[in-house]
Amino acid sequence: MQPFTTLESIAAPLDRANVDTDVIIPARFLVQPRSAGLGNFAFHDLRFDEDGAERPEFTLNQAPYRDARILVADDNFGCGSSRESAVWALVDYHHGDGFRAIIAPRFGDIFYNNCCKNGVLPIRLDADTVAELRRQLHAKPGAKIAIDLPAQTMVAPAGQTHKFDIDPFRKECLVEGLDDIDLTMRHEAEIEAYERDRRQHVPWSIP
Amino acid sequence: MTEPRTMFDKIWDAHVITERDDGTALLFIDRHLVHDGSRNAFEVLRSTGRGVRRPDLTYAVADHLVPTRDQAQGIKGIKNDLARRMAEAQVRNTDDAGIQLFGLDDPRQGIVHVVGPEQGLVLPGLTLVCGDSHTSTHGAFGCLAFGIGTSEVAHVLATQTLWQRRPNTMRVHLDGALGLGVTSKDVILAIIAQLGTAGATEHVMELTGDAVAKMSIEQRMTMCNMAIEAGARAGMIAPDERAFAYLKGRPFAPEGEQWERAVAAWKTLASDPGAKFDHDVTIDCASIAPTVTWGTSPEDAAPITGSIPEPSAEPDAGQRARIERALEYMGLTPGQALTDIRVDRVFIGSCTNSRIEDLRQVADIVRGRKAVVPTMVVPGSRLVKQQAEKEGLDQIFVAAGLDWREPGCSMCLGMNGDILAPGERCASTSNRNFEGRQGKGGRTHLVSPPMAAAAAVTGHLADVRQLGDA
Repeated sequence: MQPFTTLESIAAPLDRANVDTDVIIPARFLVQPRSAGLGNFAFHDLRFDEDGAERPEFTLNQAPYRDARILVADDNFGCGSSRESAVWALVDYHHGDGFRAIIAPRFGDIFYNNCCKNGVLPIRLDADTVAELRRQLHAKPGAKIAIDLPAQTMVAPAGQTHKFDIDPFRKECLVEGLDDIDLTMRHEAEIEAYERDRRQHVPWSIP
Repeated sequence: MTEPRTMFDKIWDAHVITERDDGTALLFIDRHLVHDGSRNAFEVLRSTGRGVRRPDLTYAVADHLVPTRDQAQGIKGIKNDLARRMAEAQVRNTDDAGIQLFGLDDPRQGIVHVVGPEQGLVLPGLTLVCGDSHTSTHGAFGCLAFGIGTSEVAHVLATQTLWQRRPNTMRVHLDGALGLGVTSKDVILAIIAQLGTAGATEHVMELTGDAVAKMSIEQRMTMCNMAIEAGARAGMIAPDERAFAYLKGRPFAPEGEQWERAVAAWKTLASDPGAKFDHDVTIDCASIAPTVTWGTSPEDAAPITGSIPEPSAEPDAGQRARIERALEYMGLTPGQALTDIRVDRVFIGSCTNSRIEDLRQVADIVRGRKAVVPTMVVPGSRLVKQQAEKEGLDQIFVAAGLDWREPGCSMCLGMNGDILAPGERCASTSNRNFEGRQGKGGRTHLVSPPMAAAAAVTGHLADVRQLGDA
């Protein structure tokens, strides 16, 4: 996994609550192989009209935001289906140089986890702060946000610094770009001991 | 004297292999269900040279991609090339790893959240995961069951464990009795409307109360299934005699002395008196009417006796804009009576409402009536289908002009090609009314099985209590 330490990038505001993962990538694209990249399908039906032409009113289609790698969303971003393709589509967006950080008041739980597994930093901030960030980005299209994960800070376009919370384990995995299967297998002896114990004391739990 | 614990606490604590100083725990996973959309997880394993650690705890099902007609053709019957390749990959991957597959050639095939309980793979006190958000369904048996993403599926395949932060707990207490014509689907829609779709985010929701105790296992599964639509990680219900009776004798359930031991353990699972939850909510079931959604989020739910809300009455600007956009997408007008909404078709199925009891409820309404709009009935599994046909429900459906299909996820998410046309309006027993969920431009109204049947025979959203005699 690509490590995440600091990022300074243009940020795009998305004024829409409850953006579900069906909107991030519609189900009809879930059979597409990941290897070909899913970026074209990100927000597909918001980005393109019936004829496949870009919808000019959609934020990400507007010139100042084309190079955005940070998304400032609204409440409950990524709710719904567990499809990790939603995160892959965002990562693969922009020819594989897509979104690396998403800021929102709340995220769907599974989507939040999926972000962390793919080197995408989800930042939770209170709703008023996120709304203010979106206002600043609308006021100055193409403005940048700077994120420092080790310090757990982000700097808004207007210069304010905000602290954000992230649990230490996820932070460590993101900062170091850790493959957590390797990390888990360092505990193999404990897993084996647990399995033995379960076989002995809870045998009915095994079909 | 130990602190009183919630059912969640008991199951969580029993599955912690190790815990880091920061509170993140490595949990053991007792059951891993894998559906036909999980190809990427196996590719992750292959690319890193890893195998499946516990194929004996892993079970695979074909459901998302399967056609709902002519299943006898097997995988060849999947018309879309990419989908067929994905289905073929499932057969190969499960074969290679020695994982039992309930595939298109198996009489036990069906939707993963229907097949799991049906086969007794789900038991109280277990941890169960699946790469599907509606895994919360299985919490109806008093296990900790939640959906995960593909990377986590790969992690469970390789290690049979998951790193997890301990979620918060929420108790939703259901007071009072359900009225006539009201089902657990109406109750969970009312809960979601009250909490909002993010109301239970980062929480495990335990449903308690007399109304729950009186519900059948099927009704309980419907509620836990949709706990995720309130944002909950998992839904849970304490296992009782009804749950034990459902599981006894199921193919993969324990037997004999093991069964007795298991039941004794299961009886200690319920939350202790005085156990503390982070949040407590009480719902008065007696006040719940048959409920329908009008918007593009499951929280946009209202009693069928109501009308489309006026966005102008909404004080919050963001929420006002969201409602306006939802009404525009849905093609609805503020103030319009919900019973005036005409539908183009009806979908009865999905992991929320495709079990035998759901189908019996539909049959009770359509018996002696005729559907006036195209109506698909997709059973949750081949065993459900077989049971329905044994009871003659299929004959009732066919006589009423309903389209009796073969099992799968079907039009709940439309991955198999069963989709709405743009602009088409559907009364659906599924779980999500998101934009484009049932097909690009499709308009979904979530309803209970009896309410779906009422829509089928009237051609509009209708109060099932007002139908009168057939």
